[in-house]
Amino acid sequence: MKKIIASVSGLIGGNSQADKMVPPTGFTVRLTLFASGAMAFLAVFALALSMASGRLAQRWGDELAHSSTLRISAPVEQIAAQTAAAMQVLSTTPGIENARPMSSAEQRALLSPWFGPDLPVENLPIPQLIEIEETSGGYDAAGLRLRLQAEVPGAVLDDHTRWRRPLQQAAGRLRLLGILSILLIAAVTGAIITLAANAALSANSQVIRVLRLVGAQDDYITMAFVRRFTLRALTGAAVGTLVGFIAVLLLPSAQDNAGFLTGLGFSGLSFLWLFPLPILAALVAFFATGAAARRTLSEFR
Amino acid sequence: MIELDNIAYSYGGGELLSDITLSLQPGSFYFLTGPSGAGKTTFMKLCYGALTPTAGSARLFGQDVRKMTRVDQANTRRRIGVVHQDCQFLDHLPLNENVALPLTVSGKDNLEQVSNLKELLAWVGLKNRALALPPELSGGERQRAALARAVIMSPDVVLADEPTGNVDWEMSQRLLQLLIELNKMGKTVLIATHDMNLIRTAKSKVQARVLRIANRRVQLAGADL
Repeated sequence: MKKIIASVSGLIGGNSQADKMVPPTGFTVRLTLFASGAMAFLAVFALALSMASGRLAQRWGDELAHSSTLRISAPVEQIAAQTAAAMQVLSTTPGIENARPMSSAEQRALLSPWFGPDLPVENLPIPQLIEIEETSGGYDAAGLRLRLQAEVPGAVLDDHTRWRRPLQQAAGRLRLLGILSILLIAAVTGAIITLAANAALSANSQVIRVLRLVGAQDDYITMAFVRRFTLRALTGAAVGTLVGFIAVLLLPSAQDNAGFLTGLGFSGLSFLWLFPLPILAALVAFFATGAAARRTLSEFR
Repeated sequence: MIELDNIAYSYGGGELLSDITLSLQPGSFYFLTGPSGAGKTTFMKLCYGALTPTAGSARLFGQDVRKMTRVDQANTRRRIGVVHQDCQFLDHLPLNENVALPLTVSGKDNLEQVSNLKELLAWVGLKNRALALPPELSGGERQRAALARAVIMSPDVVLADEPTGNVDWEMSQRLLQLLIELNKMGKTVLIATHDMNLIRTAKSKVQARVLRIANRRVQLAGADL
């Protein structure tokens, strides 16, 4: 732990002399900058996609969470009596804020996508729907079903559980997928930076040999390489994150009737989740380069 | 200081050196000679811990080479100045920074560096070349710079592997003179060379012992040199 703290303080504090030991040029500079930038850019989209999907599923879930529907299926002549009985039951059930039978116009509107706007609802034996609003504490669905079974035989209670549960599961899985994508991106970034660091260490074997010859300790040599790669990864990832953020901002804004794709973006303060991305890239570079440097150094006596 | 007790070194299935017992005395001046490929460079590397003997025991400043941690190795390198034939510089750093490398990596402050450096570069005659990059230096300048780097930490021992291999006679005499001056300051000096003229010249100026590698063993050479 002490070693890590010393490494991090060395990394932040820097050592201008040690920094000069590693030649500043080479394709590894461009590779590290490009890889961390590109991966951060992809991570922004993974994060935006995950957040938008989760938000959408959450919204659907929330809209269904505090409402229920009671459907009364009965012969036309009994509908009114059973509706009144159901209203009586509902009005005495704890946890129900409000209940109201839907009007013919509302039911027609619900059915219009399938049957068109001119459906003569009044003349058809379609069930009567009662919209129920719950209090925040909710009601005892099992108890209500038992009461309805006894007093309103044609009533079927739909508390939306079977719709809500898959949506909530989808929300959770989409978030998980987003996190998994970011972890995969971090792993790929680590692999590319390790390759770049190995290439740099091989190309600079003369530097390592000379430094060992003049008495440089492994930590000193390691830090010279680690600092170089960590700062490159941080810079590349910061640029990639910024470009990705701008690209997300330039997407069409969310509209209710435009569906899922136009909702891809960051809402409120959720863009703050972008700030850890460059730091994550820098951490990946820090550990990947450190491991590569220690492995290479072990070959030099 | 540097004690080798019945050491051997094998590489690739063959034994390069064997049965070597030697103790370098403080303040002494040694030459190590022998034909090309005899193992002079290998012997030098055994002397500063860059190689570990495959048999026997090597002790540097009282520490067994086999038991040294990597930190111990680094610390020991600061007490042994090494001059390689190919010098080994960081080509992207100017001469003064290359010479100051041992100080830099040991974390000495800049003021101390500046004061030591100026004196040292003047001593080896490179004061005016301080900002030149290593590829811009001549063979003799590189050797003198390598010598300056080897002694900047004021080491107890200076090991020079064919320091005059790539320079003309005049420059080799100048380098020899610098190494003799170091010895007079109390440093132990070991020079690996196959240049017998250099050894003869040195013996007229300093009390030097000559070690010869023959048949994988190191022997004290006779007076015929």
